[in-house]
Amino acid sequence: MKSNIIIEDWGLVNYAEGYERQKKCVQAVIAGAEDHLIFCEHPAVLTLGRMTNQDSFLYQRHDIEQRGVMITDVDRGGDVTLHAPGQLIVYPIFNLNKYGKDLKVYMEKLEEVAVDLLRNFDILAISISGQRGVFVGPEKIISIGVGVRKWVTYHGLGINVNTDLSLFNLIKPCGLNVRMTSMQKLKGHTVPMQEVKAQAIALFQRNYEPTSK
Amino acid sequence: MTNIILPELGEGITKATIACWHVKQGENVVAGQEICEAVTDKASFVIEAPAQGKLKSINVGEGEEALVGGVLGIIE
Repeated sequence: MKSNIIIEDWGLVNYAEGYERQKKCVQAVIAGAEDHLIFCEHPAVLTLGRMTNQDSFLYQRHDIEQRGVMITDVDRGGDVTLHAPGQLIVYPIFNLNKYGKDLKVYMEKLEEVAVDLLRNFDILAISISGQRGVFVGPEKIISIGVGVRKWVTYHGLGINVNTDLSLFNLIKPCGLNVRMTSMQKLKGHTVPMQEVKAQAIALFQRNYEPTSK
Repeated sequence: MTNIILPELGEGITKATIACWHVKQGENVVAGQEICEAVTDKASFVIEAPAQGKLKSINVGEGEEALVGGVLGIIE
C-alpha cells in the first residue's frame, strides 16, 4: 500500500508554538487525517524530557537563560536536550495503528532512517544498543525522543546539520557524558538544509508503508 | 472496579516507568481521559482511563516501574 504522508515545513518556529501545532496535528491524525511529516528549526531551547536528571545541567538555569537559551518541560521520553537553529527537527506524526503497534519497532526504524540519511551524505553513523540516538564514532549526531498518544506519535528527531555545537556545553545531552557533532563539522562545510529535508522525505516515504488501512 | 493496565507497548518491552500522573487519588475521571504517562526507551506513552469513575488508588507511583500487564491504578 502506498505511503501517503503529508509533508509540512514550518521553518524557524518558537518551541512552544511548534508544540501547540504538533498537538493539533496529533489530534487531526487521531481523528483520521493522513500521517504528517513536519520539518522545522527552533530558536535555542533546552527541552526537559520526562526522565530529566537535574545533574544534566552543567550551569545554573539563570546563567543558561542569560545566554538566550530558553528552558521548557516537555512530554517526551528521555532527559534534557538542546534545539537550536541549524538543527533540523523532524516530527513524524504517524498513526502506529497502521504500522503495527510497537514502540520498539518504531524507534528502531527511526534510527534506521537516520543512519540511512547520514549515509546519503557519506557519513557513516551507527545506532548503539541501549542508547537511543545516532552516533558517529563516540559522538552523537542525532537525538531521538518520542511521545505517543492513542498510538499516534509526536516529537521525533533532532538532526545536527549546522548546529552551533558550543551550546551543548551547557548540558549533558540526554543525560550522557557524550560529545555532540554535526554534519557541518564532519563535512567541513555548511550542509544545505533543503538537501537534508529532501533526503529525509524520500527515506520516510520509502520506509513507512502502511501494513493495513 | 476497573483496573488501569500498562498495555503491550511492543515486542521485547516488558516494563515502563510511570513518569507522571495527571490525576490525583480520589479524583473523578471519564473514560478516555489522559491520566498518566509511562516512559520506556525514550518514548513517552500516554495512558487513558479505561472507565468512568473515581481514581480509587494509584498502585504505581511516579518514578516507579511497572510490568506490562501490571495494574497501575484502580477506578471505581
